[in-house]
Amino acid sequence: MANSFDVIVLGGGPAGYVCAIRAAQLGLSTAVVERDKLGGVCVNIGCIPTKALLHSAYAINLLKHDAKDLGIEIGEVKTDYNAAMKRSRRVSEQNSKGVGFLMKKHKVQVIAGTGVLQAGRKVKVGNDVYEAKKAVVIATGSRVKGIPQIGLEINKTTVISSDEALFLEQAPKSIAIIGAGAVGCEFADVFNAFGSKVTLIEALPRILPLEDAESSDVIVKSYKKRGIDVMAGVKVTKADVAKDKVTLTLETGGKSQTVEAEKVLMAAGRAVNTENMGFKEAGVELTDRGFVKVNPQTLETTAKGVYCIGDVAGPPMLAHKGSREGTYVAELIAGHHPPAIKYDNVPSITYCHPEVASIGLTEDQCKEKKLDYQVGRFPFSANGRARASNETDGFVKIIRGKQYGEILGAHIVASHASEMIHELAVARENEFTVEEVDLAIHGHPTLSEAIAEAALDSMGRVMHI
Amino acid sequence: MATKVVMEALSPTMEEGRLVEWKKQEGEAVKQGEVLAEVETDKAVMDLVARADGTMLKQVIAAGATVPVGDLVAVIGAEGEDVSALTGGGGGRQAEGKAEPAKAPPAKADQQAVQPTAGTQNRPSSMPPAPPAEAASEAAPPKPGYGGQQAAAGATQAPAAQQAQQAQPHGDGGRVKASPLARKIAAERGLDLSGVQGSGPAGRIVQRDLDNIQARPAAAAARTAAPSPVPAFQPQFQGEPFKDVPLSQMRKTIAKRLGQSIGPVPTFYLTIEVDMERVAEAREAVNAVASASGQGKVSFNDIVIKATALALKQHPACNAWWQDDHIRYWNEVHVSMAVAIEDGLITPVIRHADQKSLRQISAESKDLAERARARRLAPEEFTGGTFSISNLGMLDIEEFTAIINPPEAAILAIGRMVEKPVVVDGVIDSRRRMRVTMSCDHRVIDGATGAQFLKTLKTMLENPLALVW
Repeated sequence: MANSFDVIVLGGGPAGYVCAIRAAQLGLSTAVVERDKLGGVCVNIGCIPTKALLHSAYAINLLKHDAKDLGIEIGEVKTDYNAAMKRSRRVSEQNSKGVGFLMKKHKVQVIAGTGVLQAGRKVKVGNDVYEAKKAVVIATGSRVKGIPQIGLEINKTTVISSDEALFLEQAPKSIAIIGAGAVGCEFADVFNAFGSKVTLIEALPRILPLEDAESSDVIVKSYKKRGIDVMAGVKVTKADVAKDKVTLTLETGGKSQTVEAEKVLMAAGRAVNTENMGFKEAGVELTDRGFVKVNPQTLETTAKGVYCIGDVAGPPMLAHKGSREGTYVAELIAGHHPPAIKYDNVPSITYCHPEVASIGLTEDQCKEKKLDYQVGRFPFSANGRARASNETDGFVKIIRGKQYGEILGAHIVASHASEMIHELAVARENEFTVEEVDLAIHGHPTLSEAIAEAALDSMGRVMHI
Repeated sequence: MATKVVMEALSPTMEEGRLVEWKKQEGEAVKQGEVLAEVETDKAVMDLVARADGTMLKQVIAAGATVPVGDLVAVIGAEGEDVSALTGGGGGRQAEGKAEPAKAPPAKADQQAVQPTAGTQNRPSSMPPAPPAEAASEAAPPKPGYGGQQAAAGATQAPAAQQAQQAQPHGDGGRVKASPLARKIAAERGLDLSGVQGSGPAGRIVQRDLDNIQARPAAAAARTAAPSPVPAFQPQFQGEPFKDVPLSQMRKTIAKRLGQSIGPVPTFYLTIEVDMERVAEAREAVNAVASASGQGKVSFNDIVIKATALALKQHPACNAWWQDDHIRYWNEVHVSMAVAIEDGLITPVIRHADQKSLRQISAESKDLAERARARRLAPEEFTGGTFSISNLGMLDIEEFTAIINPPEAAILAIGRMVEKPVVVDGVIDSRRRMRVTMSCDHRVIDGATGAQFLKTLKTMLENPLALVW
């Protein structure tokens, strides 16, 4: 095995492996160092398996609540988390193998083990030292974290993280989920469908705190209807962890209450992987918040020739943001001049039911920035396709700059919001205004028609309400 | 030589005209400035006047007919001249008239040179005007479906969108690549995208590329409000200080195409040589009187300022501001004079220069120049000019071109007086001559328009009595 490459990437997750493919495409000899499975958290214990479970949850809800209405007689619906979990594992394994295949196809050398950075663009894996002639790219990602300060250290039995939740053999009778961002909301959806009594706890005033307030409202309503106990603006002050249950003390507006659950799922934030990999010794500095410090234009770290991408390089901690950075850095290293990454145009998606997707600013952010804007909305209750599919929860909301008609932000809550948001991502990337969005003819009947209608509404010309 | 008479654009938006009635019949003698026919424009019935002396040889169209602007309607020439050859082309329409009729409205004067003269005289060699057919097709309204939707797009959106759309297709096939948002911002802020370097994919102009692009000088608003610095002087003109004229389709096309060619201010230059012999004599006489009565001397520059102001009064088409979506024709004449100061230059303004006596202008220009050098001018004293004069004669420059001071549409560059042999009435004589070069913003001033102004200026300087007449 050669010990010298043009580029060595530390970490084979969605940032690292994409960076490696792009570097290889550009003719650079490339290696990826991965200590676990290719595909990283995303493929193995993140994005992909949760989507598999969410699909099960969707099917359960459909059959439980809609079957009769849809003309299907099925009797009692029984659920089996173990079976769903096993399917999700198969999906993850397929995807991870797929990444391995891609590495082979592009002649990217995969080095198994933990890479330790050394000065002079060297990486030590086990006893072997590899040298990068052009660049080392740090893509070591992030991991779940607990809150040990209040007794919520992840013990993997009663206090678990998504890492464990994805491998449970049965759904717990009750589960308290701490943190109602994308991860918390998605697991609330899953466990609720599999029959767990779910309490969703968020310290900030509303769930999905990064999304537009109107999006949060729709999810709260939908969750409450399904029996999920949603508690926002609530602080966990104490946790009594027993062998088979956890008692949480919650505080809200000076009032105290307790919640008991078989398991607690920690879904509040992630820690980046920067320890024990020789960063400090190689001259790679960290920011105050613990991320690797990078030059925002080049993503180069404080060590020359060492770049950093993905979660470990800073928020938003999203696979697609990491992948874009991977492509960008590979092109930079190859001497190209890639267009700048638009960090304000990264879609954000939560795959609960209905899905929540957004891009750009929320209305509150527009207000804070004192922008002159006009909101256009269209509810799916007025959309033919949504009615036909019994999926009328949600809306499209487009925030238009008043003077020029640019799309300041777009928010979609819909059964397929995750697939719909990209129309607006393309629009924003190309600086289309609401007029071009409307002028593009939208197929009928589709959920996407609601996007055109919201664009029209932002100009005061909505047609179908 | 015979002269074509074409349908003139008698209103800024006129695209075609209906010939209501012929006022001169075939065979009738016509004099320049005489009314040939009545023409109904999109706004009113107006006179079509002769641009040359001669005989009405042929009425090409009958009364009642409607023809597009630029089409041949009649031919004027010497009696018995062959007319049939003319209809096939050749022959200048505008004879070298000795004075532009003062009654001609500015819009009319503007449009003249755009007409298909196919001739030789008066057209600036720098930038031939767009042929009318092309101008007309480019000026055509947006496609009905799209335009219709735009019109419904709400009051604030529609105009910007339409402007943006007009900026899209360039007749020459070259397309400015810009995002829809960039186009809207450009339309709103009056930016010309053709010179902007795009940073998007394949050089596409995107929003951030416009961050540092400035629109026309923002001083414009402040300028209009600038009060006169001469307290004793009361301007006689009590009407509107200026008239804003919306851009005709043709003007827009001219502005767009010429701007693409040469930069934000498409400039061309006209040079004329003026015989200063009589001005020099007059000045000596005036100064003799002045010194006898203990008053300051009048400089050549003062006389040039006065003559320019009076000539501008006759040619309001040159006394104008380019305002991106319209042209402001000033009824008042405020002459900016470039004054060199220690680390640059400044243009103090002689307000209402057309109404001031040489003595007033002289005193004022001296005062302004001195205070300019001492950096003691108030902002309103160096803003709000409608036309500029730069004089490097005292530095022995014979001839130069000056840079237009936007939004003004023109500037005069005055060279030094040179004593040289010229033929006067068939005899070689030694005369003091001065070369004057006018830089014109072609979006506002066409070649013939500028030339006619210069001709008037020359006439005035060569007959200085005209200054007091």
